[in-house]
Amino acid sequence: MPEPVISAQNLVKAYKLKGKPDFLAVDGLSFEVAPGESFGLLGPNGAGKSTTMKMIGAVSTRTSGDLSILGLDPDQYGPEIRSRLGVVPQQDNLDGELNARENLYIYGRYFGLPGKVCHQKADELLAFAQLEDKAKNKVDQLSGGMKRRLTIARGLINDPRILLLDEPTTGLDPQARHVLWDRLFRLKERGTTLVLTTHYMDEAEQLCDRLVVVDKGRIMAEGTPASLIRAHSSREVLEVRFGSDRNAQAAAQLQGIGDRVEVLPDRVLIYAHDGEAALERVSAEGLQPITSLVRRSSLEDVFLRLTGRSLIE
Amino acid sequence: MSATGTDTQPTLDELRAEAMSWGRKPRRFGSWYVTEHMVRAMRAYGWTIIVGALGQPILYLLGLGIGLAALIQVPIVDRGQEVSYLVFVAPALLITAAISVASEEMTYPVMAGFKWRRYFYGFNASALSSPQIANGVVAGATARMVVAVSAYYLFIWVFGAVPNPETGWLSIIAGVAAGLAFGIPLMAYAGSLEDDKGQFALVQRFVFMPMFLFSGTFYPLDTLPIWLQWIGWVSPLWHGAELGRLATYGAPIPDAMVLVHIAYLVILCVGGYLWGRRVFIGRLAK
Repeated sequence: MPEPVISAQNLVKAYKLKGKPDFLAVDGLSFEVAPGESFGLLGPNGAGKSTTMKMIGAVSTRTSGDLSILGLDPDQYGPEIRSRLGVVPQQDNLDGELNARENLYIYGRYFGLPGKVCHQKADELLAFAQLEDKAKNKVDQLSGGMKRRLTIARGLINDPRILLLDEPTTGLDPQARHVLWDRLFRLKERGTTLVLTTHYMDEAEQLCDRLVVVDKGRIMAEGTPASLIRAHSSREVLEVRFGSDRNAQAAAQLQGIGDRVEVLPDRVLIYAHDGEAALERVSAEGLQPITSLVRRSSLEDVFLRLTGRSLIE
Repeated sequence: MSATGTDTQPTLDELRAEAMSWGRKPRRFGSWYVTEHMVRAMRAYGWTIIVGALGQPILYLLGLGIGLAALIQVPIVDRGQEVSYLVFVAPALLITAAISVASEEMTYPVMAGFKWRRYFYGFNASALSSPQIANGVVAGATARMVVAVSAYYLFIWVFGAVPNPETGWLSIIAGVAAGLAFGIPLMAYAGSLEDDKGQFALVQRFVFMPMFLFSGTFYPLDTLPIWLQWIGWVSPLWHGAELGRLATYGAPIPDAMVLVHIAYLVILCVGGYLWGRRVFIGRLAK
């Protein structure tokens, strides 16, 4: 395996709180990312994903642990590391008083690129983000999806070696998400290392070669999406609904069907190798669910198994 | 999705060397890149700047210098030196213009950068560092102050309010220095605010206005009762106006006091900068 471009060992970020013990936003994370890999941090809000991204982005200083980005220590070589990173933050921070093209141009200047190169890159990236006809529009006039694409385009102005994407598609409609995913696939094909956080399991499955499931600042599991599902869930899941006041009672009767039964407020999940066969057994028990659905296991199920909580709460 | 591109990837040593090379220019010139951004962003309200820079001096000079001066026929006696009211008031108005620009450029754009639009976080995610962002805000505001104060100087010179034009232009420097002495600490304060709850309007009403009225702008400071004179002593406007008067009509200020005026403005600038730098670093590294 080639040497990792990101290496974190026992990474900790603690915030001081008045009159309370320190809050550990990141509590001993260790992971490595290989060049050209697409690596994901999956977890619910408040899991410590964004804090980890800020430390990888050489913006937030770590409290303890070792961190090396592109072979350099971010505490000492912040500007050097950041000069080779592209960053797409969770909240867009474009300058609304400048137009789309100016936002790209001026961002290129921050890396010391000559004006001529910035102009050329701005045009290329507007095409990449499918925003050529919006080049002269002020950012405030763009839709959420367009702003997101522009933010991603801006993150590429310096041809980064590593692109950090913090919740890149949160708040976007399905079509805009697919356009973004397509752009990210292309970057990956070019050999750009991608690190992304998400709480959408389909996004993680689509985009990540490998991921870690993070909760409360700690890594719960690590692997490829498929291996995580294999290790922590069954092949299929049967979802049955009996009505919110009857789910728990019905679940008690369903014990023994499939590998495991999980009760959620609105439905009961039965983890089984064969979902249809499990549904037949439910009927055989004399239970008539209002609705039923057989699907393949997803990372959501992995997360539920590992943490006892749903990803989106 | 399978891993791709690993065969063509450069080695870690090559990546490290590349980063070291890319980081060189932003480390040296980063503050100027931020300045460039701040000046570009000013174009969005360019008309306000131009009208402010040209219109305000005309209004003040007509209203105070011509209107009020017509009423005040007797010359002002400034430490034994007689000058017309227009000559007396003009340098102080010039300094006021600089402070007014500084109080605009170092409050709302800072709040926008940290809170409303968050573009400082965008700067900080690039190769720039947080102190360079603070430097760029200061340099951007300075650029606008130079334009506004130079326009003002041109007007007072045309209006015949600069008896000593050979040194009069130094009042532009005094104006910028006073503007920075007021603006840089204000920038630090603005950076430390989590929310805008009208603090800037309060600064305008209860800091800027009293300073404008009681800093010897319209009459010599020593004509005020002693219990009001302290407002002038602590105000960068008075220190700047005194230096401006020295430049435009050679006001008889003792050398020691000239040094005090300069030192006071420098202390406010340096103290404000150190505070602001700390605020920017702390807030952006969270």
